[in-house]
Amino acid sequence: MVINTDQLSFHFGDQQVVKSLSLQVPEGCIYGFLGPNGAGKTTTIKLLLNLLHPDNGTIKIFDQDITTHRIEILSQIGSLIEQPAIYSHLSGRENLCNRALLLQVPVSRVDEMLELVRLKQAANKKAGQYSLGMKQRLGIALALLSDPKLIILDEPTNGLDPNGIIEIRELLMKLVREQGKTVFISSHLLAEIERMATYVGIINHGEMLFQGSIEELQGLSKPLVHVELTDSADAANLLGRSGYTVSDVRDGNLFIPYTSKEDTGKINTLLNQHGHVVYAIGKVQKDLENLFLSITQNS
Amino acid sequence: MKGFILSLRSEFYKSRKTLGFWCSIILPLVICLLVFVGYLTHSDKMGKMPGQLLWMSYASIILGVMGSLLLPIYVIIIGYSVNSIEHKADTWKTLFSLPISKWSVYAAKFVYALFLVFMCLLLFYVFTIASGNLLSTLKPELKFNEFHMESFLGQVYLKLFLASLGILSLQFLLSLVWADFLKPMGIGFLGTIAGMILVGVKWEYNYWIPYAHPLLAINGLFKQPKTPTPAPPTLSVELFTNEIYVSLGIAVVFFIAGFFIVQKKSVK
Repeated sequence: MVINTDQLSFHFGDQQVVKSLSLQVPEGCIYGFLGPNGAGKTTTIKLLLNLLHPDNGTIKIFDQDITTHRIEILSQIGSLIEQPAIYSHLSGRENLCNRALLLQVPVSRVDEMLELVRLKQAANKKAGQYSLGMKQRLGIALALLSDPKLIILDEPTNGLDPNGIIEIRELLMKLVREQGKTVFISSHLLAEIERMATYVGIINHGEMLFQGSIEELQGLSKPLVHVELTDSADAANLLGRSGYTVSDVRDGNLFIPYTSKEDTGKINTLLNQHGHVVYAIGKVQKDLENLFLSITQNS
Repeated sequence: MKGFILSLRSEFYKSRKTLGFWCSIILPLVICLLVFVGYLTHSDKMGKMPGQLLWMSYASIILGVMGSLLLPIYVIIIGYSVNSIEHKADTWKTLFSLPISKWSVYAAKFVYALFLVFMCLLLFYVFTIASGNLLSTLKPELKFNEFHMESFLGQVYLKLFLASLGILSLQFLLSLVWADFLKPMGIGFLGTIAGMILVGVKWEYNYWIPYAHPLLAINGLFKQPKTPTPAPPTLSVELFTNEIYVSLGIAVVFFIAGFFIVQKKSVK
């Protein structure tokens, strides 16, 4: 395990922000750390980087305790926390050069990074004049500058346009595939994580609700029978009276938990017999978006 | 140690385009230039003065402007400037997630602020001596070449530097803890004004107020004897006086306190 936390807890004032969190991030994966805004994602990341000190629990990164091996661990991590921290009176290149100086990285690496995040054109422009997307890209370049083994990114695609999002995603996937890096990436957007993560952790109100591979998460998603008709409210009542549980009614659409093909046929017959014209009926997979919502809402 | 040197170099790299850094060069340049021009254009009035008195009046104008009001304000700005660069860019979190010890990051910042103050006072010293000598070349009736006060003036500026360490460490800590400009600035201004008043009324314990130290350090250096004597006054500086001990003491205490605050501080 690259990151391994045990019973991690943290509070701000009387608000418990992180509750007994146990994270397990295997080597060479993209770990998507998902949760709605205010779930405790950034706080967890700050705990991992030793910027905050936990009330309880332990943090091991590369099998070493962060409190006793802080410098060794931090030298193998590149991170981007919240909005990128950039000196606005310096140019993009100077921001990278300053970091290169601190990390003792050759200056040639600065140009590589500028090329990588496509900031070469704007390298000598003051970073204060950068757009949000450019700042984000510079932040990612700063995180990758030292060629770290573990890359921790907090909502890195905030403010990026669709092209930028795809580029960053492909870049991260390439780093994992070709160089065996481990990426820990937080987001409140499941769709974004779904496209690249191999492992997922879902957190809400500081508690871990799910942790496992993306396949395991998809496995949790239960199929439904989707019926399209005119009077969905009336049809829902009819099905309710006949002993079916209707999980969702949305104007003209009904969703009933899927049990078997035969049952689906019976639903169709029942509706027809009572004068409902069924335009479409079929089995659908509950999408992860809904699964994510139901996981975070039920907690 | 390596982390400290890297951080110190980075401090220079970051700040070389900020007002705080240029302030340390422009302030002595402008003040010395103004006094220089004043003497150059009014050389006829100064022509009668013997070399020593000429130097004394020349240096004391610059020192008076600097020591009483400008130095405390300048030190307050420097303390603010080296910390605000991180507050403004929200970079404390990145600084403290680098593989460099917190001690190195903190100490480098403090030493850099110290260096800026030192550089500023050194430039004051160099510009005073250089412009004085230039004056006697341009206007031979000004007898700056008849007397030398390099060593005396050097000691005065060294004393001023030591006297400013108390304010620097106090203001550095305030600016480290508070991100905004008004709080450290307000406290600094109040302190400076209180210091001036307490020195003015000759309160016997005024050497306990760090903001009074620069003024105390240069107070009475150029006093003319009450009864005019034909012999010129002897120039000497007592470097280690009460206010200097207090200033150094405050600097050490606040420097250490600041480190414990950084060590415990959560980066939000």
